[in-house]
Amino acid sequence: MTTTYPARAQSDVRTDVSMTVNGSPRTLRVEPRTTLLDALRDELGLTGPKKSCDRGECGACTVHVEGRRILSCMTLAAMHDGHRITTIEGLEGDGDLHPLQEMFIEHDGFQWGFCTSGQIMSAAAMIEEARAGWPSAATVDVAEPFTIADLSKAEIRERMSGNLCRCSCYPNIVAAIAEVAGRR
Amino acid sequence: MHQFTLSRPADISAAIAAHAHDAHVAFIAGGTDLIGLMKDRATFPERLLDLNRLPDMSYIDAPSGCGLRIGALARMSDVAAHFEVRSRFPVIAESLLFAASGQLRNMATIDGNIMQRTRCAYFRDEDDLPCNKRRPGSGCSARFGLNRNHAIFGWSDDCVATHPSDLAVALTALDANVLVHSPAGQRSIPFAKFQRLPGDGPERDNVLDRGDLIVAIEVPSRSEGRASHYFKLRDRQTYEFALVSAAAAITADGERIGSARIAMGGVAHKPWRLTAAETALRGVSLDDTEALKAAIAASFTEARPLEHNFFKVELAQRVALRALETAGARL
Repeated sequence: MTTTYPARAQSDVRTDVSMTVNGSPRTLRVEPRTTLLDALRDELGLTGPKKSCDRGECGACTVHVEGRRILSCMTLAAMHDGHRITTIEGLEGDGDLHPLQEMFIEHDGFQWGFCTSGQIMSAAAMIEEARAGWPSAATVDVAEPFTIADLSKAEIRERMSGNLCRCSCYPNIVAAIAEVAGRR
Repeated sequence: MHQFTLSRPADISAAIAAHAHDAHVAFIAGGTDLIGLMKDRATFPERLLDLNRLPDMSYIDAPSGCGLRIGALARMSDVAAHFEVRSRFPVIAESLLFAASGQLRNMATIDGNIMQRTRCAYFRDEDDLPCNKRRPGSGCSARFGLNRNHAIFGWSDDCVATHPSDLAVALTALDANVLVHSPAGQRSIPFAKFQRLPGDGPERDNVLDRGDLIVAIEVPSRSEGRASHYFKLRDRQTYEFALVSAAAAITADGERIGSARIAMGGVAHKPWRLTAAETALRGVSLDDTEALKAAIAASFTEARPLEHNFFKVELAQRVALRALETAGARL
């Protein structure tokens, strides 16, 4: 059985959204239904965030909003007026790779690479979450304080579980992140 | 997705007024459930009200010696990371940490978490199979279909879905309250009365009406809070909805259980409180596994498994036992 969309108004419902994307102010005119992912890719040409499942299940679209990792496929661009957005394109500084990018290369943390930008964006923010003392489902006792020294490989695996890798490079991804987080 | 408009209400009053008399209006906050439902063509709101800029809705108040009050727009990750929540109500922090992924927890709100809709595959199916939640009166595909993930308590022939929220299970065990604003004023709804059983109206997940907006969750001070645990069993270890889960919270009376609170997820259309078991657990020693099992079994005489989920009856009792014993280790 096929579903037909309900009748809807034909009027222009587009809206202006101003965001700081990778340090630069950008203003876009988007339909309210445009996801942040589609706006970044199709309006701004930032194809680092990947459109894979488009349902919040794989993590390939991970970007930072106000420094926090989120899934850009599950939020509307128009909800982010005034926000600071960082994509993988904004992670490196002055041509120098981010330490996570270097370690993904060093540890062979990818094969065909479609998940890689999401993995790296997720890991960069995840390390900050751990530094801020956030526990996870792998934490032995959430009632006790958590420090970055507690970020074991089991912790990394749990905290990175929102990023799927079809090539199953997980051991190398975890090794790369562990090295950047200061633990092997 | 279909076309819709998006606007930002200036305050709570404007939000509830716009929602009260217009069936085509929906609230959006984190968006992690609603956007998925719209992509799956399960809902077609024409006008979205973006709640994210409403002031003073993201707080977490945990004054010492009192309970908790959590603003509706607080993000799952912030609540789970809050040290007072973790130390005084570990069951709440754990229920959040065992849900979704790091990215989703940064987006999703407390309000949206308890409002999220069932993960029943027939309800979510883009091909629009019969589902009384999706299209009232169309029938229930799961009742005689694939129902391994479905309810063993409280279902009706019109709907056998389960509620997917982990947090709601913890809040049910702790008898939390949902604070709601509406055009008629403010009211407080005990969690046990907040979500509905399906009956003959499964399209309604809870008791909220048009114009109702959740503004906060209140958790009363509970002596059981500290010795509490959320145990979640899934088909994979992480980033998955519960097959069966349990929230347990207890106090001790010497070497024995003084009081126990247990609610279960993955077994009914709402978090399922094990009332009979709670009564039977009073005075039982935590070291007496057989007595604990017998007390828990008191709540399973009314279980009605479906064709594919008979295993949940035994599994749920083991999950309840594990949650209880782990909570007991925190005494």
